[in-house]
Amino acid sequence: MSVQADTARRRIEELLRTNEEQIIGRWAKIAKASSEELSELYRALLASLDEGKNDLADIRGLLADLSRSRARAGFAPSDTARAVFGLKEVVFELAESDADWAEAAGGLVWFSRLIDDLGLYTFETYTDAREKIILDQAEQLLELSTPVVKMWDGIVAVPLIGTLDSARTQVVMEKLLQTLVDTGAEHAIIDITGVPAVDTQVAQHLLKTVVAARLMGAECVISGIRPQIAHTIVTLGVEFGDIVTKASLADALAHTFRRAGIEVGRARQAHVSIRAENA
Amino acid sequence: MTGEREVVITSSADVVAVRQLVRSVAIEVGLSLVDQTKIVTAASELARNALVYAGGGDVRILVVENGHRRGLKLIVTDDGPGIPDLELALTDGWTTGNGLGLGLSGSRRLVDEFDLLSGPGKGTTVTVTKWAR
Repeated sequence: MSVQADTARRRIEELLRTNEEQIIGRWAKIAKASSEELSELYRALLASLDEGKNDLADIRGLLADLSRSRARAGFAPSDTARAVFGLKEVVFELAESDADWAEAAGGLVWFSRLIDDLGLYTFETYTDAREKIILDQAEQLLELSTPVVKMWDGIVAVPLIGTLDSARTQVVMEKLLQTLVDTGAEHAIIDITGVPAVDTQVAQHLLKTVVAARLMGAECVISGIRPQIAHTIVTLGVEFGDIVTKASLADALAHTFRRAGIEVGRARQAHVSIRAENA
Repeated sequence: MTGEREVVITSSADVVAVRQLVRSVAIEVGLSLVDQTKIVTAASELARNALVYAGGGDVRILVVENGHRRGLKLIVTDDGPGIPDLELALTDGWTTGNGLGLGLSGSRRLVDEFDLLSGPGKGTTVTVTKWAR
């Protein structure tokens, strides 16, 4: 750094130090942020300048925290960046009214670059934080959307809703097979009423799940085949072979009751009695 | 509604986006529920083909008119390796991946008009149309 630029820089640093209160007040107004938050940032900035080695680790850490908390609160990334850039505006105004304008102007370039860097850094952390939120939500959705419910003693059902991609099918299959082991159930119903379209990939996933369940000694029924889905599957040319499919979950349950030898009847006083055969 | 919609395919999430967009345009065009499901399924197959075999591509969705009928046209393009033998590629059960081998041939049956343009090193363009009845 040339001697001239160095003095200009020191001039700005001097400006920052002597007008701390005024700058923070004005900055808080422009950035629409609390002055406590900003004065913490401001002090970190001054401290990093003090060391004179452009060691921005502390202020970056603070900015990352600010950026992350704003991402969670739903602020736009430009708002967060603008909060940082606001400081530039304040310092420029101050430098303009400075007696030694020419000298300060040289330092402004340096200062502007510093603030740009910090602003971009908040943008980066903001994006990272957002990305992480999205990833977490996707994972939560994966967990949420695949319950295995017990329908009856020895009968479990998986109501599928939404899009079936490879990752979700994997989760569904694992959960279903594990439940078959845990509960000792011998019958499973996969209900696809909530799946908007069955293409060859979805069909293949379903077929594999049924075959896997069979390998474990369980019988599997696919239910919730609506007319338009049936039409599409036939036209596509997908064959479900000897896999039992039913239009509704009720049909599938009735079928499974028959296969399991469970009788459900209506008693005289509108009372349901169940009897399982000892097979 | 007129105009063209475009979706760039780079991940399986984009395939989902294509399905949703095709579904909404199909409803606007006035396709029946069965035909909606068919064109959505065909779009899903073709978009996934572009993703799996070419690493990505792009889907254009157009509303077309033919006298008094309205229809939905899909143009799926990729810059992948291309298909050397079109007839073989349209055979049921034939696949170079690990799917069922019904995506391309099945899509042809799901739509009213089907056009496949491809060659080794030339990428692949599939154009399909479904007309409202």
